[in-house]
Amino acid sequence: MRFLTEIQWSPYTVGAFIGVLSWLSFLILRNPLSCSTSFASTSGMIERLLRGKKVEEKPYYQKIKLTINWQWMLVLGIMIGSFLSAMLSGDFMLKWIPEFWEMEFGNSPLIRIIGAIIGGIFLGFGARWADGCTSGHGISGTMQLAVSSWISAICFFLGGILVAFFFFRFIG
Amino acid sequence: MLKIKNFRKNLISPLIYGFFFGIVFGFLLQKGGVTKYDVIIGQLLLTDFTVLKIMLTAVMVGMPGVYLMEHFGWVDLYPKSGSIGMNVIGGLIFGFGFAILGYCPGTIAGAIGNGYLDATFGGLIGIWIGTGIFASLYPKLNGGILKFGYYGDVTIPEILKVNKWIIIIIVEALILVLLLWIENIGFRNSTSDIFCQHFHPGRVMVVAELIQF
Repeated sequence: MRFLTEIQWSPYTVGAFIGVLSWLSFLILRNPLSCSTSFASTSGMIERLLRGKKVEEKPYYQKIKLTINWQWMLVLGIMIGSFLSAMLSGDFMLKWIPEFWEMEFGNSPLIRIIGAIIGGIFLGFGARWADGCTSGHGISGTMQLAVSSWISAICFFLGGILVAFFFFRFIG
Repeated sequence: MLKIKNFRKNLISPLIYGFFFGIVFGFLLQKGGVTKYDVIIGQLLLTDFTVLKIMLTAVMVGMPGVYLMEHFGWVDLYPKSGSIGMNVIGGLIFGFGFAILGYCPGTIAGAIGNGYLDATFGGLIGIWIGTGIFASLYPKLNGGILKFGYYGDVTIPEILKVNKWIIIIIVEALILVLLLWIENIGFRNSTSDIFCQHFHPGRVMVVAELIQF
């Protein structure tokens, strides 16, 4: 069982296991692996907590339903699975600023938090606009050969590469 | 009695299965290193291809299995409906956020589990705000831009009118060539090289101490 305590596995091993997990997801969950909708439903549930039942009447929340479903539990599970993996390998670390960020934008946690919030707003907004994220479109959708997913996945990376180069190579 | 049975079958077990699948998925993401901002930004800067290697291998393994199971009638496929307005514009907005945040919705959950506080107290809150804004704008967007260039839930074999197994073989071959190219000719995993250019060993230690409070 020593492999469980290794910090990093080969990306091909990890990818192959995710591929097999996808088979099982279609077979058992009767759904492809995907994540981003549950962030939208959580956001709606928080808003419902603050502003009451009328939030449910928004057409988008009528569409996605503000409930805790399998996908919500999947995202919760990801947190715990990652935590277990990190603890087993001693890779768990409470940390505010990633190294690459610090090299470009300095060591202020506040600036990193503001950056992460702004990035998160665009990411969340874009994931709902495109109706999927790196897992739902990028892995599960592309393996089904869905046209929507291939176009989305290419645009995720195209946009990401352009903006990363702008911030880290052009400005930095 | 039957009702309770159905209720458990239909509602409780998907939650437990979803949770279990999530634990395995999160474990794999962390072991793959993609719960880390530096690895994801390294991918977007084209210096570290871990993200693409994982995704492409997952598709290579997943696709034939899923299509075979569909062939035998064991599973249904769920290709998502889309349009140019949805997938191109939404995808580029997503990419913009991806490069600033340095996590995506799945990997941010992993990053939270990994202890990265910028994910927990920054990115997660941002994503909730972003999805909330989208929910408010949805009625307007859905009548207009999201319908632009609509093509529905078509797949590549359907749109090209080619046998799906031929497309699967071609895609498998293309992914294999791409992975071999990344591995052999194109790029090395050079995240560490960039660190060496920017940091003196002593400074790395100081930085490591500063950020591990």
